[in-house]
Order: sequence, then C-alpha cells, then structure tokens
Amino acid sequence: MSETQDLHGCYHCGLPIPLGAQYPLEIEGMQREMCCRGCQAVAQAIVENGLTDYYKHRTALPAAGHELVPEELQQLALYDHASIQKSFVIEQGGQIRQASLILEGITCAACIWLNERHLRQLDGVLEVQVNYASHRARITWDDETIKLSRILKEIQLLGYNAHPYSAERQAALRKQQRARDLRRIAVAGLCAAQVMMIAVALYAGAAFGMEKNTAEMLRYFSLFLSLPVMFYAALPFYQSAWFALTARNVNMDVPVSLALVVAFTGSVWATFYGSGVVYFEAISMFTLFLLGSRFLERNAQEKSVEAAENLLKLAPAMATRVTGGQHEIVAVLELSAGDIILTKPGEAIAADGEVIEGESAVDEALLTGESCPVKKQAGCQVIAGSINIEGPMLLKVTGVGENTVLAGIVRLLDRAVAEKPRLAQLADRVASYFTYALLVLAALVGGVWWWLDASRAFEIVLAVLVVTCPCALSLAAPAAFAAAGAHLLKRGILLTRGHALETLSKVTHLVLDKTGTLTYGKPVLQEIAVLADVAEKDSLVLAASLELASEHPLAASFLNKVSRPELRGVRQAQNIPGKGVTGIIDGKFYSLGNRKLTSITENLPVPPSVQPGATLVWLCDERRPLAMFVLSDGLRPQAAELVANLKRRGIKVTILSGDSEEAVAHIAAQAGIDHWHSGMHPEDKLARLRTFQQQGDIVAMAGDGVNDAPVLAGADVSLAMGGGTQVARSSSDIVLLSESLPDIQCSLETGQASMMVMRQNFIWAIVYNLVALPFAAAGLIPPWLASLGMSASSLVVVLNALRLR
Amino acid sequence: MPASTLFYLLVGAVAMAIVAGIGIFWAIRSSQFDDLEGPAQRILMDDDDPMIPRYRLNEKRD
Repeated sequence: MSETQDLHGCYHCGLPIPLGAQYPLEIEGMQREMCCRGCQAVAQAIVENGLTDYYKHRTALPAAGHELVPEELQQLALYDHASIQKSFVIEQGGQIRQASLILEGITCAACIWLNERHLRQLDGVLEVQVNYASHRARITWDDETIKLSRILKEIQLLGYNAHPYSAERQAALRKQQRARDLRRIAVAGLCAAQVMMIAVALYAGAAFGMEKNTAEMLRYFSLFLSLPVMFYAALPFYQSAWFALTARNVNMDVPVSLALVVAFTGSVWATFYGSGVVYFEAISMFTLFLLGSRFLERNAQEKSVEAAENLLKLAPAMATRVTGGQHEIVAVLELSAGDIILTKPGEAIAADGEVIEGESAVDEALLTGESCPVKKQAGCQVIAGSINIEGPMLLKVTGVGENTVLAGIVRLLDRAVAEKPRLAQLADRVASYFTYALLVLAALVGGVWWWLDASRAFEIVLAVLVVTCPCALSLAAPAAFAAAGAHLLKRGILLTRGHALETLSKVTHLVLDKTGTLTYGKPVLQEIAVLADVAEKDSLVLAASLELASEHPLAASFLNKVSRPELRGVRQAQNIPGKGVTGIIDGKFYSLGNRKLTSITENLPVPPSVQPGATLVWLCDERRPLAMFVLSDGLRPQAAELVANLKRRGIKVTILSGDSEEAVAHIAAQAGIDHWHSGMHPEDKLARLRTFQQQGDIVAMAGDGVNDAPVLAGADVSLAMGGGTQVARSSSDIVLLSESLPDIQCSLETGQASMMVMRQNFIWAIVYNLVALPFAAAGLIPPWLASLGMSASSLVVVLNALRLR
Repeated sequence: MPASTLFYLLVGAVAMAIVAGIGIFWAIRSSQFDDLEGPAQRILMDDDDPMIPRYRLNEKRD
C-alpha cells in the first residue's frame, strides 16, 4: 500500500484504510482503494449501475458500507407481507403501490441523486421522489414486476438504509397547514409591495403637494389592494383572537386584530370622506412581517418534529409464533395470551410472558435502568420490550398490548405530561395586561380630545392605536424562537416543544440518567490484562475472531478495537448460552467467556483494581488462561467538562439512576458529580424530581430509557438522547440527535441567548411605544411617520432576532 | 401627467400582482415549496450521461 492511499483514506467513505487491507476497485479508469468489503460492495454497485457521477458531485462523505448478512435480507422479505404493508403502503389501484420511506445515511444532495437515479433504473419502479430536507422518499412501484423487499435491498446495496414510515394524518395536516401559510404570505407579500409603492407616492405628495384627485385615487387603490390582506392573509389572527376571547382569555392576537381592524376601519372612513389619515401600508407590512416570522418559527419546529419522527423507524412489530412445531411470523397485534412464541438472541421480546423452555440473559435496562443483563430460565417472567441477549427461549404469552408492563409505564407518563408546568402562559398574560392598558389609554385619550376638540378625537384615537400597535411586541417572541430553533437544528439539537427555550434559560438544576445518557449504555472494552506469553494485540484478535464467529452480543465491543482484515478464521464455533464462546483457530482450541465457562478460570482471583459492576471475560487455550478483558459501560467523552462548566455557572448536577450503588458511584466520581442516587424506580425518580422542584429548582432532565420517560415529562424541561428509546424521545422537549453531552450546554446557552434577544426586543418595543405614545396622544405625529414607525419597529425586532443564527 | 395615465398604470400593476399571485398559488399547489434545499443542489448534477449513446447502459438491471 502506498502512502498516498493512507493519506486519503477509503475512496468511498474516507475512513483510514487498515494496514494490509486490499479492496481495490476500478472507478472511471482509476484504481481506487476501499477500507473494507462493505465499501467495496457499495462502490461496486454504484459503478455497475453507471452512477459514478455520484463521486464527482458529492459534497459530504457517506457512512461506511456494510455487507448484507442473510438475516437482514430475510427481514427485508417480511416487508412484502400484506399485513405488515398495511401500515405504510397506499394501494393505488391494481398492483400499483406507493410507500413512504425514511432514508438513513443521506449526507449530501448527491445521495438524493444516487438513490433516485438508481431506483428509477429498476424495472417496475414507477416513480421515486426523495425530499432532501426531511430525508423521506416516496416510491411508487408495480407489485407485479418488483417487490418492495427488492427495492429496499437495492437501497441497502448503495449503502443507505430505508425504513418504512407511516404517513400519519398529522404529517398530512402539517403539509396542508404549510401550504395555507405560504398562500397567506404570498398574498400579503404581493399586496404589501403594491401598497407600499403607492404609499411612497402618497408620502411624496404629502411633502411636496399633490392634486387632491390623484391622492384620492391612490387611496382607493391602496384600499382595494389591502382587502385581500385584511380578509384573507390576516384571518389566522382574528381566529386566534376570537378563540381566546370566547375562552375568556386575552392573547397577543387580540391587540393585533384590534389594531388591524381599527386601523383599517379608520383608513376606509378616511378614504371615503376624503380627509384624515390612511394606514393601508402599515396594515399590509405588519401582516406580512408577523405571518413571515410565525411561519419561520413553525418551520424550524416542524423540521425538528420531522427529524424526530425519522428516528422512530416504525419497526413493524413482529413475533415468531410456534403452533404445533410450526414457526410462523405474525404481527404482535395478532398475539393473544396463551400463545407460544420463540425469541431469538438479539431480538426485543414482543410480549410479556413466562419462559417455558431455554435459558438466557435478558437486558431490561429499557425498563429498570439496570445495565447488567438478568438471568432467565424456565418459570421466569419476562417483560415486553426487553432484549434477549444470549440464547433462544420459548415463551408463553401472558400479556400483550395494553396489558404489558411497558404500557403501564406509558400510562404513568401520560399522567406526568398532564401535570407539566406551563410557563409559556405567562407571556400571554403579560400581553393581556398590555391590551387592557392600551384600551383604557385609548379611551382616556379619546375622552380628553372629545372634550378639547371633538372633530379630531377619532383621528387621534386611531393614531394612538396604530402607533402603539403591539407589532414589535407581538413579533418579539416568535422571531427570537424561530432564529434560535434554526440555529440549534443545525447542530443536531431538535426543539420539539415551544416553551423549551424559555425554560432552558432559567434552569438551576440538571438531573442526569446514568446508563445511556452519561455513559454509552453498552459495554466498552476498558482494560486488557495479559496472563501468559501472548501479545496484547494477539489476544485481542483471537477474542474478536471468536466473538464474530459466534455472533455473541459482546462482539461489538471487541470488533471496534481491531480491523476486520486482521481477524482469523474460526472453525467449530460454539455459543454456550450464559457462559461464552469456544472455537478452533489455526488448529488450536480457544475459549472466551466468564469464569463458569471452563474449569481453568473458575478459581482465578479478580484483581482488586477492577471496578465494581464490570464484566470480566477470560480468553483461554486448552490448558491455561491467556488474557483477561475488563468490559464496562464507558463514560461519554466530555462528560466531566460539561459538569465542570455547569457547576461554574451555578447549576446543580445530580444523577438519578436505577443502577447499583457501586456502578453509579464510580461513574459519578469519574464525571465529577457530587450528588447521586442509585437503585431508583421510575416512581422514585419522579418523586425525587418533585422534591427538587418543591425546593424551588427549575429542573432540566436528560435521559434515554423508557424508565426515564415519566421523569422527563415531569421535569420543567427535558432532553432525550437521539439513540434512546422512542418513549423517552416523545416525552421530552429537546432531542439531542448528536448524542454529544456538550450539546446540553449548547442548548442551555442558546436558551439564554434567545431570552436575552427576546428581552431586548421587548424593551425596544416598550420604549418605542412609550416614546411615541405622548406625541400621538398630543396629535403631533403626522400619518406617514406613524405608519413608518410601526413598520420600522417591527423590522428592528426581526433583524435583532436574526443575530441568533 | 394626467391622472388617467396613472390610473391605467396602477390597473396594470394590480393585474401583474394578480398574475404573480396565481403563479405562486400554482407553485404551492404543485408542492414546489416542500423541499427548498434539494432542487437548488440538483441543478448542479450533470445526469445527462445516459442520454449520450456510448454511455448508455446496455440493458436495465433487474
């Protein structure tokens, strides 16, 4: 291998090429090196289909390719079942079908091109449309010539991953709403441009003199052009205001609607009577600004929601039912109590049940937060959603759907959501006071002028209402939220609820879950102790080879440490459930497992340096132990840094974990966290959280598991890890797609920055109103200045918010 | 400038705004605003290679 190849890395994915790896491929007449067989296969598929342009156009590197294993292909075949297709496929008459898919692995626009081009080349595929923004694909195909599993396989061949996505009603509604908003903005924009043009002529006329007829004609045109704005574009404001009023509430839209209606009525009156002031340009500009910033705000939020939905991956819930020795794959919904189901290692268990045959360890971290797998044998109860780790088991179903433990936790969650504090209501309350004050003031000014000079009263009341129109005030919050949301999204932080930013800026206490949040949630190789005359590297290679051959769940932690080409061939690989794996490499017998696997390791001492809670694995040949591996759940990088930074800011940090005392203490010490609680159930966590809140803390909670969900919902603001469980994500306000801990700090900072911008906006709006008000009340503000001030104050607010990006 | 000239010009402006409005409504209806980033990048890709006979794939892969 030449040095240049090492410098450039894999031609496909850009990762460094392991020493000695030989995966060449000729692309457009050039010999290119790949890092692994997976990348080679993907590149091969791209070349064979005449899609090499992809390499020219791409602007970001894709993920490394991986080889398809037969089991994955078999799983794809399940997507052809009619009962499973029901949830995400639309039949379009005859054999024409359409499915919505989420594409995983899209990194740049060339990926879109690659997928669309390749799929369109397939016989039977009628239409492919990939949306770059949401990473979703809509594929129409003829079921007679091509099966969905085949299409999915082709996508995988290109190195991407496709998941069915059930186009929910909500998504359709969102799309409609978006189209409606866009139409309103278009109308407001077009009309505002025209009205503004006429207004400039009117300003000039006011300054230099204009024939009365011409001015009148211009006013009538302005009136005509404002009609669509008033009666179409601004409708949402009236609706929202009306809803608030009928609920005996006052929100921001009430003063907005009031100002619009009063200014319009006054302007119409002035137009028909040929005297007084018209505010048509102010009406249209204000409507445009407000619609625009609300649209941007909603857009940023929608993108977050879509990205969060893409995580759900609608895995069709399937189970293997055993009836009279026959295995059949059925939807989980079709299971009923008393059925016998088979669960294979690596699978999530489909229903609550009792083990009737087999022996295995089950990972219940999802529910209990316990990082160690729990032993299960005949007679034991297992919980739906937990993951079978070691061996196959036959289960007798005791509960499905609503009757499972999992469903119980979800119910607990619903209750917590209902109790969620609503700080957001405060802003509306402020707006209502403002509105009352405004109305009282306008009435007062009107009364005084009625007494002084009745002929000018109406005109001046109108000026007061227009000048003090809460445009800037009502734009202050949405503009800041829109900009901050867009900024966070770029970093992979999704805001799923509106109030999150506001609360984030006030957080005084961060509560963290341990497993999966502070740590990776899976065992990582921490330490290797060589016990005989073998090199550390060799022992690792032997262990990894054994693990790979046996498809043992711990395999990943070993395979991360060695490159694939180094692995040796293993014969007679055997997986002994609950103990470990054995096999023959180069004619020699090796075993890898816990102390119960062979008699050699049974009485070996555990070194005192090993931290509690770690998993110990020994590698032995026929006679003696060769090496010992220490595996434990590793702390995520930068955890200590995050904790130190937060402490400096005066934010308390606490761990609430369901794990054992030793394990939590160890991680807490590593991360520098002083307060921690171990062995907690979801109810305990929630109770503890409530105590914190009663002490006056504003609590942010970060978690990932199902057991965290009720706590996430109960916290003032909550953050979920992108790789965590669906329930955790859907019950939290913020999803960290990047899964990196510093993002917690980043979101706190953005929260504070956006509150600052919002406060500046509010101050500006209020100061502007306070300054302008006396002049308007005194009848000193000329009409063009009033409407210019109104537009300019809104513009300042929007521009200030854009600083957040 | 007589007021009538101005009147016709203004009517023209309104008519143009209406035409533009119809155009935008049509674009929204045909979901051209759904993906604002993809099309901007797509234009940069020369995917006309298969139209050139010597680059054309012999047959569709199945």
